[in-house]
Amino acid sequence: MSTPPDTEPHELAFAIVAQGLCKSFGKPPKRTDAVSDVSLQVKPGQVTGLIGADAAGKTTLMRLIAGLLTPDSGSLSVLGMDVLSDPLAVQSRVGYMPQHFGLYEDLSVQENLDLYADLQGLPRPERPARYAQLLAMTKLGDFTDRLAGRLSGGMKQKLGLACTLVRPPRLLLLDEPTVGVDPVSRRELWAIVFQLVADEGMSVLLSTAYLDEAERCAQVILLHEGRVLGQGTPASFTEQLQGRVFGARREHGRRRNLQAELSATPAVLDAVIDGDQVRVLLQADTAPPGLPEVIWTAMQPRFEDAFVLRLQSLAPASQASVQTVQLSPAAPAQDDVRPASIIEVRELTRRFGAFTAVDAISFQVERGEIFGLLGANGAGKSTTFRMLCGLLPASSGQLSVAGVDLRRAAARARARIGYMSQKFALYEVLSVAQNLKFFARTYGLSRERQRTRIAWALDEFDLAAYRDSNCGLLPLGFKQRLAMACALMHEPDILFLDEPTSGVDPIERRAFWRRINQLADHGVTIMITTHFLDEAEYCDRLVIMSQGAILAEGSPKAVRAQSSSADKPNPTMEEAFIELISRPAAEAAHAKA
Amino acid sequence: MWQRIIALSIKEFQALLRDPRSRFVIIIPPLLQLLVFSFAATFDLNHVPLAVYNQDGSQAAQALIARFTGSQHFTLTAPIEREADIPQRINEQDALMVLNIGPRFEHHLLVDRPASVQIIIDGRNSNTAAIALGYASTIVQDFNTDWQQDHGLPALPSVMQTRAWFNPNLESRWFIIPGIVGLLMLVVVMVVTALSVAREREQGTFDQLLVTPLRPFEILVAKAIPGMVIGLLEATAIILLAVTVFAVPLHGSLLTLYTGIALFLLSATGVGLMISALSATLQQAVLGVFLFLVPAVILSGFATPIANMPPLVQDLTLINPLRYFMVILRSVFLEGSSFDGLIDQFWPLGVIGLSTLAFAGWLFRNRMH
Repeated sequence: MSTPPDTEPHELAFAIVAQGLCKSFGKPPKRTDAVSDVSLQVKPGQVTGLIGADAAGKTTLMRLIAGLLTPDSGSLSVLGMDVLSDPLAVQSRVGYMPQHFGLYEDLSVQENLDLYADLQGLPRPERPARYAQLLAMTKLGDFTDRLAGRLSGGMKQKLGLACTLVRPPRLLLLDEPTVGVDPVSRRELWAIVFQLVADEGMSVLLSTAYLDEAERCAQVILLHEGRVLGQGTPASFTEQLQGRVFGARREHGRRRNLQAELSATPAVLDAVIDGDQVRVLLQADTAPPGLPEVIWTAMQPRFEDAFVLRLQSLAPASQASVQTVQLSPAAPAQDDVRPASIIEVRELTRRFGAFTAVDAISFQVERGEIFGLLGANGAGKSTTFRMLCGLLPASSGQLSVAGVDLRRAAARARARIGYMSQKFALYEVLSVAQNLKFFARTYGLSRERQRTRIAWALDEFDLAAYRDSNCGLLPLGFKQRLAMACALMHEPDILFLDEPTSGVDPIERRAFWRRINQLADHGVTIMITTHFLDEAEYCDRLVIMSQGAILAEGSPKAVRAQSSSADKPNPTMEEAFIELISRPAAEAAHAKA
Repeated sequence: MWQRIIALSIKEFQALLRDPRSRFVIIIPPLLQLLVFSFAATFDLNHVPLAVYNQDGSQAAQALIARFTGSQHFTLTAPIEREADIPQRINEQDALMVLNIGPRFEHHLLVDRPASVQIIIDGRNSNTAAIALGYASTIVQDFNTDWQQDHGLPALPSVMQTRAWFNPNLESRWFIIPGIVGLLMLVVVMVVTALSVAREREQGTFDQLLVTPLRPFEILVAKAIPGMVIGLLEATAIILLAVTVFAVPLHGSLLTLYTGIALFLLSATGVGLMISALSATLQQAVLGVFLFLVPAVILSGFATPIANMPPLVQDLTLINPLRYFMVILRSVFLEGSSFDGLIDQFWPLGVIGLSTLAFAGWLFRNRMH
């Protein structure tokens, strides 16, 4: 075998060239094409984003490029070398950080670095300088003695990156480095990536499911269900949308009602809540429709608009028609005279050993409200959520859901809530119909009601085609729909949703929120956790949690207003979040000093 | 309440039977184990390699050797020519036993002097050696008796007449197969029940169950039913095979047998659910099953008699459900014991079953997180 010439990065026209790449897993009928016929080119010395929802094929593509998987067909050259014929040569020049980087949690930060320096064979004399550089870049210098397992999510991610970079690679592959990381750490990670490109001339391929991150990349490759939907600069995606994106605003009334109204308008391709207004994507060459009292302002198109447009052109017609939720006639009565606040939490605390996960928080949720619980990983929102559902006993404090503490309440009280967990807790080997039937029976519906509700679910969520397939084999979006159908089987008064939209594509997210809004309009109370800050705008009220405490509470508008300052009069939710979250940290730092 | 329990039980069956892997686990390994254990696990020795050092070459010596070769227990290997070869043959495990017939064997017999034959045996496996020696001494004894009759010699003062009751031919298969019924039932029930809750915990579906109106008690009952039903079916299948294929007699009444099976299923399910409630992941559950299964089998009297164990260990076996079930199985199969005669085995099983189930229920409620 001939040794590939060790070309300098600037001599290469492309860092990665793939032609007709295919990779599938499993045997028919369970075969899934993770990557099908992918051709792409990645330029050296810049950040290229691999954008797509979960199961789009991002990780498979990354692993193919890193030489960890063999493609079924197609050619792939990385840094001018053929990955197929010489994967080891490629691997020695490529840094790959998988989604779950193998940090040794029982080793300290320094020991992890030492270990990876040994593994990558970095000569000892070079280590002190490289360590200093990496620790300065990741701001981990003060924590070298801390065990990796005790770092926050964002710090772990930065340490993983530092370990990958111990020996500077020519090409850096980052698989969803920002997933589950709070917005502050996300910004820091991006700053490090840009610094690497600027200082060391590194080529970076970074995958992400966050569409707003696409705009930070020099080049974007849009991946959907294993296929490339588009490739180019972020601007090239949005160019054609100039003059088609508007913000619509009405002085009174709920934003989500306006959104529903706009979505039903033929000229509107997409309508989402964005800050105080509704962001509208119009069909080409149409003027904003004349709706009463609506004020229109032109807006800059963003990457998500382009993605949605492309997905809509792919989607079958039926998917677009998820407009009208047919709630059954037995929707919760609006006029009963129970107290207005349906969830009450007072001084709620939960300790795990010496660690206080939730620290004396109080809030109330009113009937028919969409209430959001926001926070980074480890902020205590999941713990709060589990206590509300009765899955975890509180250490102290009071809580009541629909007048009772679900942990102590009779089983009957639990029939009033619906619960949808983060992982879409479905029985994977059971068919769609069997899952629905199981939950219908468990909630004690009569035979007649079981039949009508299952028929409703299959119809409403477009699941009829999958009726008899094992739900483990469903596409992610359909799993989410099925999980929601199961949670709604018994028409609960309160719906608990734990990060229901993580990983699903923007079209599914929109359909999901449309349903949630309609449920809320019918008087169902919705309690939701999310780490997508743009989704916070859909909530009527929300709390932002950090380190077990509530930082801010109120309507999205009020929360944003709390952090508005002279230089940022109209912060986005993400900016507000970062501002709020860094405040107490700054205070604590002062207190220590 | 029953609607919810039935709903969850149906789901459990669907989950077990729709998944090719679980289907495999509950059908194939028990079947294989039954066949392997029944054919392979036997205390009977056959075809012991025997080397003969025949220094006599007489007719009497040949007659004695013929008795050894004529028995199914021994197979002749190459004869030994020199005494010096004996150690080597034993050391290399070429022969398990050496029959050394002295040069004047027949002469001594004919002149009425004690004619001794030497038997050298490989004692590395004491169990095998003892059994082989037993066979050899029986053969030599038979040879003596026949020689006396043929040569008109006075009979020996006393002669032993043995009759083995319950198992006239002392076939060890009759002893082992009823035990295997208990062994396989325990394995299947443990796998089905112990993994059921742990699997749901790992997949996140257990939380989903807990927020439904299902009470911990109902989950417990619904999770116990599939294990018991599958255990019952499996037991029936193995008993049928034991009687038809392996011709083990079933003397007792089916009512007594199935009472024992039901009580044993109760306690096996209880232990399985206890392990399930304690483990947070599938891996822990598998480990838990393993940690329970091995001592449970060793301390059950399946292979080695409990009476031979040190007193402290004998006391320990009192909490082992398999111990009681072994007695029930063997008594019903071979003795045809009456229902009343087994009460002393039934009630401890019932107590173990109820207490483990109650504890599992308590764990469900208090180890939800």
